[in-house]
Amino acid sequence: MYGFPLESRIFALCDCNSFYASCEQVFAPGLSGQPVVVLSNNDGCVVARSTAAKGLGIGMGVPYFQIRDLVQEHQVKVFSSNYELYGDMSQRVMEILSQFAPAVETYSIDEAFLDFSGWRWEQSEALGHQLRQIVKQWTGIPVSIGIAPTKTLAKVANRVAKGSTGGVYALKEEAIAQLLATLSVDEVWGIGRHHAKSLQAQGVTTALELQQVQPQWVRQKYNVVMERLVWELRGVSCLPLELSPGSRHSITVSRSFGRPVTTCAELGAAIATYTSRAAEKLRQQQLSAGAMQVFVSTGRFATPCYRQSQTVTLPSATNHTATLIQQSLAATQRLYRPGYAFKKAGVILLDLVAAAKPQLSLLHPETGGRSEALMSVMDAINRRYGAGTLQYAVCGKPSGWQTKSEQRSPCYTTQWSQLPVVLAESPPQSKRPYAQP
Amino acid sequence: MLNAVWVSWVGVSPSVALGQPLLRSGVAAGFPSPAEGYQWGSLDLNQHLIQHPAASFWVRVQGDSMVGAGIHDGDLLLVDRALPAEHGSVIIAVVDGGLTVKRLWKRLGKMQLVSEPTTHSPWEVSSDATFEVWGVVTHAIHAVR
Repeated sequence: MYGFPLESRIFALCDCNSFYASCEQVFAPGLSGQPVVVLSNNDGCVVARSTAAKGLGIGMGVPYFQIRDLVQEHQVKVFSSNYELYGDMSQRVMEILSQFAPAVETYSIDEAFLDFSGWRWEQSEALGHQLRQIVKQWTGIPVSIGIAPTKTLAKVANRVAKGSTGGVYALKEEAIAQLLATLSVDEVWGIGRHHAKSLQAQGVTTALELQQVQPQWVRQKYNVVMERLVWELRGVSCLPLELSPGSRHSITVSRSFGRPVTTCAELGAAIATYTSRAAEKLRQQQLSAGAMQVFVSTGRFATPCYRQSQTVTLPSATNHTATLIQQSLAATQRLYRPGYAFKKAGVILLDLVAAAKPQLSLLHPETGGRSEALMSVMDAINRRYGAGTLQYAVCGKPSGWQTKSEQRSPCYTTQWSQLPVVLAESPPQSKRPYAQP
Repeated sequence: MLNAVWVSWVGVSPSVALGQPLLRSGVAAGFPSPAEGYQWGSLDLNQHLIQHPAASFWVRVQGDSMVGAGIHDGDLLLVDRALPAEHGSVIIAVVDGGLTVKRLWKRLGKMQLVSEPTTHSPWEVSSDATFEVWGVVTHAIHAVR
């Protein structure tokens, strides 16, 4: 009908490089360029690797005991995860992005989509470089930025950006096919392992082949979500900001409110709802979370304007709605400030680990219906009378079985008692003193 | 064109106000109260000190080599990484992998770090090994008792 698209869209994905390891390096600059790994809750598996650590062949998700020899041989610096630090640094990066980009979707603790629509390509690329430079200078965190006509393609572009020296890559229409040919179908954003296998069985092995299948066929054989993906690979934007398939590393539920929210109770209700939703997703994927970030925002155009987040490490990894809500409501109370009109809030579950086995039979899928009912009653009571009014006795008080974190770094940015120390030492006496100018 | 937009965005720096209003007028109609504009009056140190919240960090001083600049052992320093390090700036520098507080001295195209151990003594040039600027110190908080 139209000879040209009515509106061409441009999205950018800004992704922090080796985020947790980079956070550690900011405050221990002696480690820059060195092999650094960060372990999951309980010091179990590798969840982040600096570039040098990747170079040693340390894989993502590898159990710590398997790399112990490598760690000793190459003097790899090992950290327990410090979500309080990573959450605060993430909040800084997101705040910078929302200051400089027109619209931002926080996709995970270390990724954000930006909407550059309305800009020309050259402008977008220049803005990408400026953003990268400013985030690095202001926070010390290196980021890569992929720019493309759709979010799915921006994700692909980001991989190229990561490998490039400039850290920014704009994927223009003419280069799409060539790049997708090099990408295996299971690496496409939003394609789960199950669907990837099925596609491969049908002879669709590369992202380019997926791009070229009939969208209608995909809808019939799979679903509309998959069809959208095919369109996205073709450069037709179907996923606006705030609509994204899940991430493998974190679960985010965040929404803009229909109307501004000003009371702590209302804000808490929203956060509790998002937490329930996130916990549901967690259980669907048979995962537990070891940490959680809660953020609230007035939006950057509000006066007064306020955006803040809190990250808590949970006493033990859990996918239990009530436990998660209890934590998120406590965080909300610490975040809430009267006098602000809140426009947006969200919950990010982090440090995801396979749920070994359901801690409580209530969570067992077989008893799904009844336990859901029980949980919603419980949630309602807690929401009304305060978090923790009603909780499972089995949660109890932590006593000795808490998270193991032997090598956790200080909370440099969130605890007065743990600030970075700067030395003010006189130079060696042998140095010749200068006359004061 | 791009530059112009860029500059205007830099101006949009959200202040993270942590103070709470002392009183708020509940009535929207009628004459504005003479206190209007002053009633959000609880003093917020963050607002006063911090220009770039996302780029600002607190650090603690250990040592006496900057006493001449009013920076004592145990003081808190506010560091703003968004500011450019200029000649004469007190900065946090990365030296030998550690964080150090020094004054930056740019002379004849060379950059050097200097200490100020006392108010009147000559400045001392630190070991001029390579260093990186970590951030610019904007304030020192010193307890007087």
